[in-house]
Amino acid sequence: MAAGSTYTPLANTTLASTQTEVNFTSISQIYTDLVLVVAGSTTSATSLFMRVGNGSVDTASNYSVTRLYGSGSAASSDNLTSQDVMYISTGNFTTANTIVNLQNYSNTTTYKTMIYRLNMPAAFVGANVNLWRSTSAINTIKVYVTSSTLTVGSTFTLYGIAAA
Amino acid sequence: MANTYTLIEAKTLASAVASVTFSSIPQTYTDIKCVFSVRTDRSSFGSYCFVSFNGSSSNFSARFIGGDGSSAASGTQSQLAGIETDANATANTFNNTELYVPNYISTTNAKSYSVDSVSENNGSTAFDYLVAGLWNPATQAAITSLGITAEAGANFVSGSTFYLYGISNS
Repeated sequence: MAAGSTYTPLANTTLASTQTEVNFTSISQIYTDLVLVVAGSTTSATSLFMRVGNGSVDTASNYSVTRLYGSGSAASSDNLTSQDVMYISTGNFTTANTIVNLQNYSNTTTYKTMIYRLNMPAAFVGANVNLWRSTSAINTIKVYVTSSTLTVGSTFTLYGIAAA
Repeated sequence: MANTYTLIEAKTLASAVASVTFSSIPQTYTDIKCVFSVRTDRSSFGSYCFVSFNGSSSNFSARFIGGDGSSAASGTQSQLAGIETDANATANTFNNTELYVPNYISTTNAKSYSVDSVSENNGSTAFDYLVAGLWNPATQAAITSLGITAEAGANFVSGSTFYLYGISNS
């Protein structure tokens, strides 16, 4: 990963109160890739979800994921097709972090792939890949939970990486 | 354009040592990332190396998933910072590891960290490990120092490198 001025913070949120979602909108289209770093906790064991889109997030079943993960006792891999969300953690997001790399996010000719590293010391470690089956550029990202809340102090930072 | 990915300190070993410490880490960044490439004098192919924060080796836990060239496995290992390349590996090969700690200056939250670590060998014994780690002391504290220690009894050899970067969210 290149050092210096190509790694630019685009937006960040530190929760001052519990929330169920964080949104990044009107994302600049001048970079090559995006990196999203989430660090924090939820108030109870739950998966962390993400949707992306252009103008608004896509809620249709256009996502899929292939997962490689370890529980601390077993290594596993699986895949989920035609999902209406992306999973950026799997269970028990407690004092955890996830680092999502969204490659070539602003192009309008290819589907978008995203590699993410999930780090949940109390549950799982893994490296997964999500696919969003759309040729639209990504300018909106939503990170959220459905059955819990994100705790105070959780941080969400979006960086832009320029190839030149 | 802001310079948000900043080298804090670089260390290249001129002689063998058992551990390396970055001390007095500035508290002006959001995240820190330690990138190291090491080889040890231990009679093995690859062994664990370990991380410490603020001089402490207590209150750590970690889960890993890894492959050794023949199978994949998952387990737990306190303080795990990756797989060092040891003396039995092909000469002149060093490992590569990235250890990322988000929100390291928090005085209220426990610290989770992420590790990607590889030790390639052009042989049947090589390693690729992913680690999710946690430091959760009874009293939470900002991280002001970060240490990397070789497996017990081993030393990082001359030529091993360690870089600490600061990453700012604004």
